[in-house]
Amino acid sequence: MDAAFTSRHPRLRELLLTLKILSRNPSAVAGALIIGIMAFMGFSADLLAPFDPIRINLSERLNPPGWGHLFGTDEMGRDILSRVMHGARISLRIGFMVVAAAGMTGSFIGAAAGFLGGRIDNLIMRVMDVVLSFPPLVLAMALAAAMGPSLNNAIMAVAFVMVPKFARIVRGEALAVKEMPYIAAARVSGAKNFWIIFNHILPNCMNSVVVLATLTLGETILIAASLSFIGLGAQPPAPEWGAMISVGRKFVMDQWWYATFPGLFILFTVIGFNILGDALRDVLDPRIRR
Amino acid sequence: MLDYGKTLLSIRDLSVRFATYQGLARVLEKVCLDIKSGEILGLVGETGCGKSVLARSVLRIIPSPPGKIAAGTISYQGEDLLQISETRMRQVRGNRISMIFQEPMSSLNPVFSVGNQMREVIRLHQQVSKKEATRIALDMLRQVQMPDPAAVLGKFPHELSGGMRQRVMIAMELSCGPDLLLADEPTTALDVTVQGQVLAILRRLAGEKGVSVLFITHDMGVVAQICDRVAVMYAGQMVEVAEVKELFSAPAHPYTRGLISAIPGAEGEKGAEHLYSIPGVVPGLIDPPEGCRYHPRCEKKRAVCTEQTPVMVKLHADHDVACHCCGPSREEGRP
Amino acid sequence: MNRGSPVIEVRDLIKNFAVSSGFFGRPGTFLRAVDRVSLLIRRGETLGLVGESGSGKSTVGNCILRLLQPDGGQIFFRGRDLAAMNRRELQTIRGRVQVVFQDPLSSLDPRMTIKRIVGYPLTVSKQVRGAEVEDRVLAMLREVGLGKDHLHRYPHEFSGGQRQRIGMARALITEPECIMLDEPTSALDVSVQAQILNLIHDLQKRHGYAYLFITHDLAVVRHISHRIAVMYLGLIVESASKDTLFENPCHPYTRALMASAPRPDPFNRQDLAVLPGDPPSPVHIPPGCRFHPRCSSVMDVCRLEAPPRVRIAADHEVACHLYPST
Repeated sequence: MDAAFTSRHPRLRELLLTLKILSRNPSAVAGALIIGIMAFMGFSADLLAPFDPIRINLSERLNPPGWGHLFGTDEMGRDILSRVMHGARISLRIGFMVVAAAGMTGSFIGAAAGFLGGRIDNLIMRVMDVVLSFPPLVLAMALAAAMGPSLNNAIMAVAFVMVPKFARIVRGEALAVKEMPYIAAARVSGAKNFWIIFNHILPNCMNSVVVLATLTLGETILIAASLSFIGLGAQPPAPEWGAMISVGRKFVMDQWWYATFPGLFILFTVIGFNILGDALRDVLDPRIRR
Repeated sequence: MLDYGKTLLSIRDLSVRFATYQGLARVLEKVCLDIKSGEILGLVGETGCGKSVLARSVLRIIPSPPGKIAAGTISYQGEDLLQISETRMRQVRGNRISMIFQEPMSSLNPVFSVGNQMREVIRLHQQVSKKEATRIALDMLRQVQMPDPAAVLGKFPHELSGGMRQRVMIAMELSCGPDLLLADEPTTALDVTVQGQVLAILRRLAGEKGVSVLFITHDMGVVAQICDRVAVMYAGQMVEVAEVKELFSAPAHPYTRGLISAIPGAEGEKGAEHLYSIPGVVPGLIDPPEGCRYHPRCEKKRAVCTEQTPVMVKLHADHDVACHCCGPSREEGRP
Repeated sequence: MNRGSPVIEVRDLIKNFAVSSGFFGRPGTFLRAVDRVSLLIRRGETLGLVGESGSGKSTVGNCILRLLQPDGGQIFFRGRDLAAMNRRELQTIRGRVQVVFQDPLSSLDPRMTIKRIVGYPLTVSKQVRGAEVEDRVLAMLREVGLGKDHLHRYPHEFSGGQRQRIGMARALITEPECIMLDEPTSALDVSVQAQILNLIHDLQKRHGYAYLFITHDLAVVRHISHRIAVMYLGLIVESASKDTLFENPCHPYTRALMASAPRPDPFNRQDLAVLPGDPPSPVHIPPGCRFHPRCSSVMDVCRLEAPPRVRIAADHEVACHLYPST
């Protein structure tokens, strides 16, 4: 990249530096690689997948893995490889939608609570505590069940459950950031509360949010798959990993490939996000950065 | 005036590198320094010049990675501290060479009482009973002029003021009877009046116990008041070592002269409107200037300064300088 | 430069802090961080406010900046009482009193470029937009000795001295009349400190700013100030013009402060331990004169009565029983 160009664009320069540091961190590379492969499969599933993921072909029911069907076929004769590839798109979409929604809401709530303090802080954080006091899967299940089984409802339920995680982290950071002298300097120059929250507090909490978002992505995919597994998320015939395992469970004794491949994909995706998140936490730590 | 004893610790050609994301930082570059027994040696320089790294290298406590001692020797009583085993090093640390830091709170354990910690340190280095250890601790606290030492033994670190904590640290480190105390900006975080007290205690105790002190500071006033000799560092290199009066009355290196002229109030009682200030900024250590690292800011630089690193030469008995422009022909270096 | 017209006047300022909120909402204990402090800061003049930690010197500054709400007394800006102003009037005053903090790194938002940091006092007030902001920022950077190639960088890419210049530029861009300098050089090295002190001095010559220079360093305050006030435990114990104060320090605390500051003169070794004890915590303020437990010339009356402020010369006030009001 041209040095003169990056000197005019500080954000780009910082991003390039972060990427450069990341590229020297082996676990970051491994995590990014796994997620990259998953994302690539998901986005190009229409072109790459050898078969239609939902077309029924009863003559090829429950074929074991072989040259025709690398991962075998299911009880309707659908190609499991094609279904798993399309499933990557669904799972990643769920993950990113949930994290985007929960991350933005949670960060704003947390920043407002931490920065404004006092009664508002108390009120917001007690509500968050109530949500946090339920196991996330159970609460998501209850919410999804109450709203009725559909993929969109599952997304909303999981997002709701994830909000307090972001709120809590950002609030903690906001408490530290608001004591910084540059906040006092902003006040002296006449900045109002919301201006400070959006321009100072939130940007300075972003490192933690990015790390948490990455780790949460893995967890979200797992919860979403669990919801689909019990029939509250994606509805058949959608090739969702959790839903596939749910059906494949019945055949697991004789047709091991049916539940195994979606399971492995869930496993790799979650591991990928987790090691990338851990690596990001190290890399974004300003103390070791320079 | 102290009668200088023999050389206690001798640092030769010490080079230390730190691996950073931007590249390899050459934090110390062939640094040589002798500490004589019984003296207070001031080590001055600006932030990032490597003075703390130098002291930490003596105890081998630089964080590694990213730090690495690349070359050099540190000889102490016939041993090279950089070569001995970690077990042997542990015996040297605390027993023979101790260190106090700028923020004593970070070296004291917040969950144990002062007495508890002092006793533990004393018994780690001396074979004494608990009762005897308490007696030694009390005695040490009295020596650092701690008001009501018996009560202090029962207190926790957070119950003490900054000055009291630093006194506890001094008492603790001196209780093992070291030959050398490395003091890394021990009074920088203290108020002026409290700093005065702690400096007076250090000066008196070092004299009474015959302990050598390597006193790291950036405050030229403190140096002038308590040190016998002064070593000046710039950007990882040693630039001048001299007896304190000599250094203040006839500084040779242009950087030392700049440092002394920049002190507010140094220009006389009335004071000029403008302070002398060294032009430019301290260079980065990843890609430091070739030759003398000071040359981009130096008023007297010559062609040779940009090419060759100057070596330490003796101006006379107690005055060494590393500068191409103020070598042994002394008149040239004088303003 | 016409010196003299008062910019900020502080009269009997009081500020309390709650130490504990008390049990079940009952009023807890308070500490009096600032007790009836009066100051006058004039145009083109530097008032040095000297004191150790816990003396309340920064609290006074924060009250003037309206970062803290005073519990008593008045603060006048150009003769108008800040407390009596409504929100809109206060808004017009914002930016007329500016601040530069001690730690040059933590006073700049690490996520903002220099252009945004220096320019935001303008964008916040929405007076100026677009390209004009960049022009004004550039003009300010030039004023403090920086340039165009610094615009698009982040604070961590600068040295300590440069960061403090950026802090100055941010303070200057709103065209303030009074600037509070809260230990602006104590985090800097000596050679850089000299550069910044020179800059501060030059800017005052050029624009006639009124400075409130808060510091613990007597050498610095002697160099930069016209008048000096010495604070101890929330109280101004002595105030005078610079020359008077250094030629004839009257309060025992002022004298001790001067004696215990190490001078860069190895030929005259000082007795540095002139003042015993620690500054007491403002929670437990001694009765009578607050300085009496550490004072070398303590008398019986000091333990009982707080000394009044006495004017002993035209521009020299001291609060000590050694100088009774006649």
